[in-house]
Amino acid sequence: MPSYAILLDRQRHVFDDLKAVMAAASPEKSGDRLAGIAADSNERRVAARYLLADIPLRTFLEEPLIPYEVDEVTRLILDGHDDAAFSPVAHMTVGQLRDWLLSYECTTAALSALAPGLTPEMVAAVSKIMRNHDLIVAAAKTSVVTGFRTTIGLKGRLSSRLQPNHPTDDPEGVAGSTLDGLTYGVGDAVIGINPAGDNLDACMRLMELFDRLRQRFDIPMQSCVLTHVTTSIKAVEAGAPLDLVFQSIAGTEAANRGFGVDLKVLREGREAALGLRRGTVGDNVMYLETGQGSALSADAHHGVDEQTIEARAYAVARHLKPLIVNTVVGFIGPEYLYDAKQIIRAGLEDHFCGKLMGVPMGVDVCYTNHAEADQDDMDNLMFLLASAGVNFLIAVPGADDVMLNYQSLSYHDIVSLRHSFGRPPAPEFEAWLHRMDLIDGDGRLAPQASSVARRLIDYRASA
Amino acid sequence: MSNPIDLDPFARFRAVTRARIGLGRAGDSLPIRAVLDFQLAHARARDAVHGHVDFAAMAARIGGQRPVIHLKSRAADRSTYLARPDLGRRVDPAALAGVEKGDWDVAFVVADGLSAAAVEAHAEIVLTACLRRLGDLKVAPIVLGEQARVAFGDEAGEALGARMVVVLIGERPGLSVPDSLGAYLTFGPEVGRRDSERNCISNIHADGLPHETAADKIAWLIREALRLGLTGVDLKEDMGAAALPAP
Repeated sequence: MPSYAILLDRQRHVFDDLKAVMAAASPEKSGDRLAGIAADSNERRVAARYLLADIPLRTFLEEPLIPYEVDEVTRLILDGHDDAAFSPVAHMTVGQLRDWLLSYECTTAALSALAPGLTPEMVAAVSKIMRNHDLIVAAAKTSVVTGFRTTIGLKGRLSSRLQPNHPTDDPEGVAGSTLDGLTYGVGDAVIGINPAGDNLDACMRLMELFDRLRQRFDIPMQSCVLTHVTTSIKAVEAGAPLDLVFQSIAGTEAANRGFGVDLKVLREGREAALGLRRGTVGDNVMYLETGQGSALSADAHHGVDEQTIEARAYAVARHLKPLIVNTVVGFIGPEYLYDAKQIIRAGLEDHFCGKLMGVPMGVDVCYTNHAEADQDDMDNLMFLLASAGVNFLIAVPGADDVMLNYQSLSYHDIVSLRHSFGRPPAPEFEAWLHRMDLIDGDGRLAPQASSVARRLIDYRASA
Repeated sequence: MSNPIDLDPFARFRAVTRARIGLGRAGDSLPIRAVLDFQLAHARARDAVHGHVDFAAMAARIGGQRPVIHLKSRAADRSTYLARPDLGRRVDPAALAGVEKGDWDVAFVVADGLSAAAVEAHAEIVLTACLRRLGDLKVAPIVLGEQARVAFGDEAGEALGARMVVVLIGERPGLSVPDSLGAYLTFGPEVGRRDSERNCISNIHADGLPHETAADKIAWLIREALRLGLTGVDLKEDMGAAALPAP
C-alpha cells in the first residue's frame, strides 16, 4: 500500500497508508487517541487534511481500508457500489466533492441520485475536511423519506421517537411515560422502548401494550421493542403484533459479531417483519441504532478511525431499507467522545454521513454523567440538527432516562424545536393530533389538565 | 373546584415510576422548578464523578484494625482516568514493587471508580460487614485503589498472591442515584481477566441493596468461588429468596 507524504514549510509529514491519513485528519476524538491512531499534533492533523483533500474519490474503491477478504461489510460496500450513480463525481477529489456539495449545482435531486454511488469511506473522508457549518448546510439539502404508518423525513417536518423506558418494564410505569409524551405530540417516528431484559414473553407483553393503545385511539404510529433481532424473529413466529425489527449495528463484520448479528440474520429479521404486512403508507420495517466507538470497544476496528467505521455502519443500514436509523451519539462515554465539543461534532458528522448515503437519519442527542457535557450542550446540538434537517430526534420524560441512566432530550424540546423552526410532525400523526384536539391550528398544545388530554392520560394500560 | 388529584393528571403513575412525567410547561418549555430539580440531580452526579475519596483518612481508620496498602492506577488525574480506561485498569508500577505476595484466600480492593460519593458513603460499611462474615478466611491487607477501575483489582490481587479479589467500587452515577456502590468478584486475579469471568453485586445504596444484604451476598459468593475455583457466568448468585428483604 502506498504511503502518503506532504511538506509543510520545512516539516515533512508521512503517513503509512490511507487509513492513517483518514485517522489523522479526523477532528479530535478521545476514542481515536485511545486506539493510538489520532494525529499527535495539531499541525499533523491539518497536514493529513491537505493530503485527504487531494485524494481522488476513486481511490476508495481501489484501496479498501478493511480488506475485502476478511470483512463482509467491505464486500457489501464494494459489491453494491452503483457506478452509474457515482459517475457525476467520479472525476473528483475529496476536496472537490466538498466544494461541490456546497455549490448551487448540488441540489436535493442531485444528492438523492448520487447517494447509491457514494461509499462510506468517501463520505467519511469528505466530512473530515468539512467544518460544522458545511456539515449542516450540505445535510440540509438532502431528503430521505421513509414510511410505515407515518411518513418520516419530509421537508419541513420534524419527527420524534418517544422513549418510555422503565427499569422493570412495569406496564403502568411505561404507560405513564407514553401517555405523557403523546400529549406533547411526540412519537410520530416511533414509540420505542429499551426493554429491561431480552426475555421473549416480556418483550411480547410490551408489543401488545403498545398495540392496544394504538388501536384504542386509532393512532397512526409504529411501536418497537428494542430487543435483539433474533428475539424479534421469535416474537413474529409467536404471533406478536410487531411493527418494527430493531438492532444495534456497527461498521465491521467483527463488531457486528460482537452484537451477535451478521448481514444474513439482519436480512432474516427484515423478511420476518415484512411478512406481517402491517405498514399502511410504506414498508420500511427496520429500526437501527449506531454510534461512534462501538467497534473500538469490541476491539474490532482494524485500526480505522471511529468516525469512518461509523459511516460504514450506514452501508449496513442502507442495505436493510430501514424506517429510521439513529446514532446514540453521547451514550458511549468519554473514552470515545470526551466532551460536548466532540459529541456535537460527532452528531453532525453522523447525521451528514447517513443522509448523504441515503439513510433516514435521526440522532439521540444525549450524554452520560461522566462526560464533560450538560443540558446546555444538548440544547446546542438539537438546534444545530434541526437546522441540518434531521429526520427525527429522541425524547424521554424530563430528559432523564430512568432505566439507562443517561440524559437525552425532553418531550418539551421536541415541541420547542417544532415551533422554532415551523416543522410539524409527520402528516398522518399531525392529522391525528388535530382529530384529538391535542394541538390547535398554530401547533400549540392542549394543557395536560384539559379534558382532551385527560382522555388519553386516563387510559388504563392493563385494562 | 377541582380536587388535588385533578391538579396532577399523572398522580396514579407516581408510585410506579420515577420518570419525570407530568412536569407541566412554560409555553413549550420546562417550568423553572423542573429545570432546577434536574440541575440539582445532575450537579450531584457530576460532583460524585469528580469528587475525591479521602483515602488517607480511610487508610488511617482501617489501618487501626488491619494492614492497608494505598495504590494508585496509571491514570495520573481524573481527566486522564475518564479518557483512558486502559490506564485506570493497571496499577502504577512504582507502587506495585512494594507489594509482597502472601498466602491469602481473598483480597479486598476499595476503588473510587466513577463515584467518590458512593465509596465515601458505603465502602467501609460493606467492607466491615464482609470481614465480620469471613473471620475464618485469610484476608490480605486491604488495598485502597485511587483512579481505579474494576480490572485494577486483577493486578493488585495478583501481586498479593490472593486466590480471589473483591473490588468495591463507585458505579457510574445516574440522576436518581449518585452514590451507588458495586462489588466485583474475580477468582484467580491476573492481568487480562475478562468481564465474563467476574460476578457483580450492584446497586448498593440507601434506596437499593442494603449494606448487610450486600455483605451476605458477597460473602456467599466468596465461599462458593473458593469452593468451585471460579467466578463468572458459571457461578450463579443463588442464596435463595429467603435471604432477600421484602422490596
